[in-house]
Amino acid sequence: MTMTAGATIPVTRQEVEDFLYEEAALLDEWRLEEWLQLLTEDAAYYVPSTDVPEGDHKTTLFLIADDTMRIRSRVKQLLGKSAHAEHPHSRTRRMISNVRIRKTEGESISVTANFVVYRVRMEQTDTYVGRYEYQLVRHNGRLKIRERRAILDLDALRPQGKVSIIL
Amino acid sequence: MDSISLEGFIIDDREAGLFRVNRQAFRSPEILALEHERVFERCWIYAGHESEIPQPGDFCSRRVAGRPIILAHGSDGQVRVLLNTCTHRGTLVCREPRGNARTFQCPYHAWTYNNCGELVGVPGEDAYSAAFDRKELGLGVPPRVESYRGFVFVNFDPHSESLLDYLAGATEYLDLVCDQSEVGMEIVQGTQTYSMRANWKLLVENSFDGYHAMPTHQRYMAFLAEIGGMDMPAISRLHGEGKALGNGHAVIEYEPPWGRPVARWAPYFGEAKKAEFAATQQKLTARFGKEWAYRVAQTSRNLLIFPNLVINDIMAVTVRTFFPVSPDYMEVSAWAFAPKEESPEDRALRLDNFLTFLGPGGFATPDDVEMLESCQKGFANKEVAWSDISRGMKRAHPVTSDELQIREFWRRWRDLLMLRPARIEASRAA
Repeated sequence: MTMTAGATIPVTRQEVEDFLYEEAALLDEWRLEEWLQLLTEDAAYYVPSTDVPEGDHKTTLFLIADDTMRIRSRVKQLLGKSAHAEHPHSRTRRMISNVRIRKTEGESISVTANFVVYRVRMEQTDTYVGRYEYQLVRHNGRLKIRERRAILDLDALRPQGKVSIIL
Repeated sequence: MDSISLEGFIIDDREAGLFRVNRQAFRSPEILALEHERVFERCWIYAGHESEIPQPGDFCSRRVAGRPIILAHGSDGQVRVLLNTCTHRGTLVCREPRGNARTFQCPYHAWTYNNCGELVGVPGEDAYSAAFDRKELGLGVPPRVESYRGFVFVNFDPHSESLLDYLAGATEYLDLVCDQSEVGMEIVQGTQTYSMRANWKLLVENSFDGYHAMPTHQRYMAFLAEIGGMDMPAISRLHGEGKALGNGHAVIEYEPPWGRPVARWAPYFGEAKKAEFAATQQKLTARFGKEWAYRVAQTSRNLLIFPNLVINDIMAVTVRTFFPVSPDYMEVSAWAFAPKEESPEDRALRLDNFLTFLGPGGFATPDDVEMLESCQKGFANKEVAWSDISRGMKRAHPVTSDELQIREFWRRWRDLLMLRPARIEASRAA
């Protein structure tokens, strides 16, 4: 763990873990409107392509590169009836571990964590494995997500075929 | 299964206007075996694009028609397709997905090939007899490799027609896609590699099916209306036509509800882009004349190069290819295709536009995956023997929501599986 000299508000791993577990629970329970409350106004959500996991979405084709407007639209779609891939909803279960605070700078906190997300639907179980890179900020004393990047360790989305849930 | 029993597989009654496909085509392992033998071993199959390996020494490796291959730019400047197997005992000589190399060294016994495929190093060569000739032991190559505007195709049938003859009327549409650029188009880095638990031909049908756009992609259309201020009645139609291009290739071309780089402006691109897009359109008009320039930049097209190359030039351009692994499972690879000279800002805009709709995390493709997997499940009801593809069959000028383009694919598929030699002429099919 690196704490830079500029850090103004200390953050503990336990606080970050509690926050990520709460986020995971909201997503698993499809409480997506509440999940949106965890995001800053300028939040972004990325899933890079599996062959260029360290790519930049401005120069590299990603699987998902949502700005805040698209995240909100994604949530609205997922909660409606026309997102056929998730209607009826899948069940998901997120395992988050190896949570590390990598850097704090002013109010910004860089966090990495490992994940396994199981998605179960219509007699199929798909497994997504990878790591998260979060940019968190403290906003009125509470943690918020400015950026979440789900970097898959998969070679390909095979046999998963898609990322229709919020990873 | 011999060709006689295939006779009733497709009902193609032009007089009555009925077209039906027997659903065994989607679930039979015998059909898949025939497809490997008579389609994938006989047709020109897309292997990659020259822009993926721009410099001498550049390579990428992938599987094409079941074979591990290397797309290699040799130090001599030539682009080749090399069969990725050591001529000694079989090992893959290249196990990296991409890179730049002078040589490929087999990790097993260290036989070494240069990037032109020649065998240049054999440890302990003095142990071999005089009959052992290194020159015969270069990396294998497909019988035929040809390219059109940078698209590299392979053919495992040494007696096939040339690529140009094979492409027939499809070259017009490849030209329309490529003419967006003054210096050439390129595959953008980042591959969407995914799969579907469905028969590969379902993705052929889906890739240029205008009829499904509204019901399947309602959420994308709603999103588009939301961001672009477009009115729903207008965007619910994709005004245009379906066209047969010969040899099973087909296309739909239409006025899209979305904006698209390089020159079709939509409100969501922002006012600042409006003049720039108009200037690009003018430049295209100066180069190509008004009509061609209009088609290049303003219309959209979903193109199938038979059997398994889809180029959808829609809100962005995707190049997509797929291969069956089993009757009910396919592997898909898709890329973004863009003008090389595009500014960083425009490239970012293009990729952004791409992701709204396309790919396994977009607002459309996941629902296509869902629909096709759902079809495949439905096919277990063997009592329901036929799929209907008759839409618009009696219409003089087929529109994008008709199914002419899908029928075109099936007719060619039937002829190849039944070993009928004749090409389907575009005129006849229309």
